[in-house]
Amino acid sequence: MKDFLFVYRADYINQPTASPEEMQAVTKLWMDWVGGIAAQNKLTSPGNRLTSGGKVVRPKNVVTDGPYTEIKELIGGYSIVKTATMDEAVTIAKGCPIFMIGGNVEVREINPM
Amino acid sequence: MEQKELIPHLFRTEYRKIIAVLCKLFGIEHIEIAEDIVSDTFLAASELWGLKGLPENPTAWLYAVSKNKTKDYLKRNALFVQKISPAVKYISEISEELEIDLSIKNINDSQLAMMFAVCHPCISTESQIALSLNLLCGFGVDEIANAFLTNKEVIYKRINRAKEKLQIEKVKIEQPALTEIDDRLSTVLTTLYLLFNEGYYSASQDEIIRKDLCIEAMRLTLQLHENNNTNTPEVNALLALMCFQSSRFDARTNKKGETILYEDQDKNLWNDELIHKGAYHLKESSKGDQISKYHYEAAIAFWHTHKNDSKEKWETILQLYNRLLQIEYSPIAALNRTYALAKANGKETAIIEAEKLDLTDNHLYHSLLGNLYTGINNIKALDHYQQSFDLSRSATDKATIMKYINELRK
Repeated sequence: MKDFLFVYRADYINQPTASPEEMQAVTKLWMDWVGGIAAQNKLTSPGNRLTSGGKVVRPKNVVTDGPYTEIKELIGGYSIVKTATMDEAVTIAKGCPIFMIGGNVEVREINPM
Repeated sequence: MEQKELIPHLFRTEYRKIIAVLCKLFGIEHIEIAEDIVSDTFLAASELWGLKGLPENPTAWLYAVSKNKTKDYLKRNALFVQKISPAVKYISEISEELEIDLSIKNINDSQLAMMFAVCHPCISTESQIALSLNLLCGFGVDEIANAFLTNKEVIYKRINRAKEKLQIEKVKIEQPALTEIDDRLSTVLTTLYLLFNEGYYSASQDEIIRKDLCIEAMRLTLQLHENNNTNTPEVNALLALMCFQSSRFDARTNKKGETILYEDQDKNLWNDELIHKGAYHLKESSKGDQISKYHYEAAIAFWHTHKNDSKEKWETILQLYNRLLQIEYSPIAALNRTYALAKANGKETAIIEAEKLDLTDNHLYHSLLGNLYTGINNIKALDHYQQSFDLSRSATDKATIMKYINELRK
C-alpha cells in the first residue's frame, strides 16, 4: 500500500453565500465521502481543513498576507489515503464533493523516504 | 440455594477473590501455589460440607480455611518464605499469626492489581482473555473451551503459556502508578472490550455461557469505575457501551436460540434499567476532552436504544460510524456503517458503497448485500444470501440466513 496526498483546491473567495442548511448538506457530503474511504480501510488520515487567512514568508524577511485574492484556487484542506496504485487513488478522488463548487483534487504519491 | 448449586456458585464468586489476594501476596512467580491452595480449600469444602452439612457462613469458612492452608504451606516451606516478597517474610518472622487480609478493600485492590497484571501487553490478546476468564472470573478450563468453541487442551496450553510469559517478564502484581495508568489502562480496556464481544457475538450456542462472559466483562469494568484512579471517561464510555448492548440481550434470541435481528426485535424486551445505567455512564464519559472509539461505539449503541426509527436516528448513527472508522477500521464497523448509510441515504447509495468494501469472504458482507438488494434485485439478493449461508460457520447464523432465502424463494 502507498500513501497518497489529496490536496483540495477551490475558488473559496467567490462562492455564493450558503444558507446554514446548504452548509450542513455540504458537510454531510464530505463526512459521508471520507467515511466511505475509511470504511474501505483506505484512509491514512482525514487530514485537516484550512482557515482562509494566512501569510506568505518570502526571502529577505518579506512577509505578506496570503496571495489569495489574486489566485482562483486556494488550498482548502488535505487528506491522506492509502491504496495499491495511483489509479485506485484517482478513482477515490473522483467521488470528492469539491467538484460541486468547481474545485479540484490534486493526487500526489507520498515519497516514503 | 441448594448445596449442589452452592459450591459452583461460591467457586465462581470467591475463587477469584482468594486467588487475587494470594497472588498479590506471593507474586506472579507463584501463581500455581496460590491456585493449589484455593483448589484444596474448595476440595475440602465439597468433601466436608457433603458429610457434615453447610457451615453457618460458607464464605467465611472458605476464607478461614484458605488462610490456614496458606499458613501451613508457609510453615512447611521455609525456603519458599525466603524467596517471596520481603513483606511476607517480615510478617511471618515477627509473628506466628501471619495475617492474610481478606477484607473487601484488599480483595478489590488485589483484583484490580491482578487485572493489570493479566492484561499485560507481553501476552497475546487471546491469552489475555483466556487468563482473565480463568484468574479474574473463576472460569474453569472446560467453560472457557466451550465459549471459544475449542478443546480443553488448547485453552490449557494457552493459559499456561500466558502464565509462563508473565513469570519470565517478571510482571508485578500491583496497581500501576498514577502516571502509568493511562498507558496500561488502554490494554486492560481492550481485553475487557474483547471479552464482552466474545460473549455478545460469540459463535457458541450456549446462551448461558455467552451471557456470563458479558456479565463478567461488565463486572470487571465496573471495578475500574469504582476505583478513583481508574474511573476515567474512557472506562465510563466502555461501560455505557456494555450497558446499551446488554439491554437487548433478552430480545436478540428466540426460545429456540435463533438470532433475532435488530429490526425484528420485540422492543418491549429491551431492558430499561440497563439503558438508564448506560445513559449515566455515557454522561460521565463526556467529562474529559478525549474521544475514544468506546465513546463513538457507546454513542452508536445509545442511538440504537431509541425505539422509533427516524431520519435523525440513522443520520446520527451514520455520522458516528463515519468518525469511528476514521479512528479505527474494523470490518464489522464498515458493514454496520453501510447498513446505517442505507437507512439514511437509501439502499441504492448503500449498494454502491457496499460493493467497494472488499470483504467478499465475510458472510456478514453477503448478508448485508442480500438485505440491500432485497426488493431491488431479488436474484442478486438470493445469490448473496446463498454465499453468506455457505460462508457462515455457526448453525444459528445459517438458520437465520435460511429464513431470508426461503422468504425470497416464495
